[in-house]
Amino acid sequence: MRNWYMMALVGKDRPGIVAEVTEALFAAGGVLGEASMMRLGSNFTIMMMVEIEGDEKQLCEALQPVTERLELHLHLDSIDPGLHQHQIPDLRVLVYGADRPGIVAQVTGALAESGFDITDLDSQVGGDSEKPIYVLMIEGVASAGVEVTHQALEPLSESVDFRVEEIETLIG
Amino acid sequence: MEILTYPDAHLKQQCAPVETFDNELRQFVTELEAFMRTQPGGIGIAAPQVGRAERVCIIDLTGMTRGKKKRPVPNQGRLILLNPEITEWDGYELGREGCMSVPDYTGNVIRATRINFTADDAFGKQHEYTSEGFEARAIQHEVDHLDGLLFLDRLVSRRTDLFQRK
Repeated sequence: MRNWYMMALVGKDRPGIVAEVTEALFAAGGVLGEASMMRLGSNFTIMMMVEIEGDEKQLCEALQPVTERLELHLHLDSIDPGLHQHQIPDLRVLVYGADRPGIVAQVTGALAESGFDITDLDSQVGGDSEKPIYVLMIEGVASAGVEVTHQALEPLSESVDFRVEEIETLIG
Repeated sequence: MEILTYPDAHLKQQCAPVETFDNELRQFVTELEAFMRTQPGGIGIAAPQVGRAERVCIIDLTGMTRGKKKRPVPNQGRLILLNPEITEWDGYELGREGCMSVPDYTGNVIRATRINFTADDAFGKQHEYTSEGFEARAIQHEVDHLDGLLFLDRLVSRRTDLFQRK
């Protein structure tokens, strides 16, 4: 029986991680769905949908030689097959400011309260270690529109700068 | 008519110029436009999307609105464009695009914000046009189809360059 899993892999970044992991999955008869992979700090992270003939144990076994050799931590969750269910984001929010605890919680809390459904979030810490800055890019579906989203973030404007922008999608 | 979807090879071929402006062509244009208006979105279509490898496309942003406030999108109405040639490009802007021929996928594409172009009408008379903004984006998207290009060929990373709008 074929099953879908959400596979999370984390380890110290080095060249070849993606190639070796995906080759092991391919050799095991795995099919990849959507994936998001990126370097966070000095780590490489993989979030990927994988369909495989077999159960979690068999998937772990297929990956074990690679995860051991590359010292990757593996986490698997059984998921519903869910391809072809994209939401088209209609709003983009950029937030940046001097790094401090709580920025993400406050921003996303305000967004959630305004009915904003996040489809994509990407954040980075820039600046230098003395004066780090936090940059947050969020895309999502805003049920209430740009102005309501702007108003929801306004109370945070003393500590962060932000910009809210509509995303127009042309279907040609 | 039906919309061809990628990876149908017809979508990746260079289309031939329209050389005969006859009733058959005009009938095709009429049917193509009617078909376009039955499609979700329905603001533009190119002949290769229905399997005719000829340089014909139609754009009409009339009635289209932007955002929750439903602001109208500046446009010059229905444009039947035969043998369109973009002659000048100015500025650039990142925007999100999808395509009837690429279902369930949208992505970021950089397009010129203002274009000058020429095109023949259904009787073979050439006209000159200028277009800006969303309409210019739509025209660039449709003219790409005539050269066998999909917006997939012009995708840029969703993680970078997101805020380069003017």
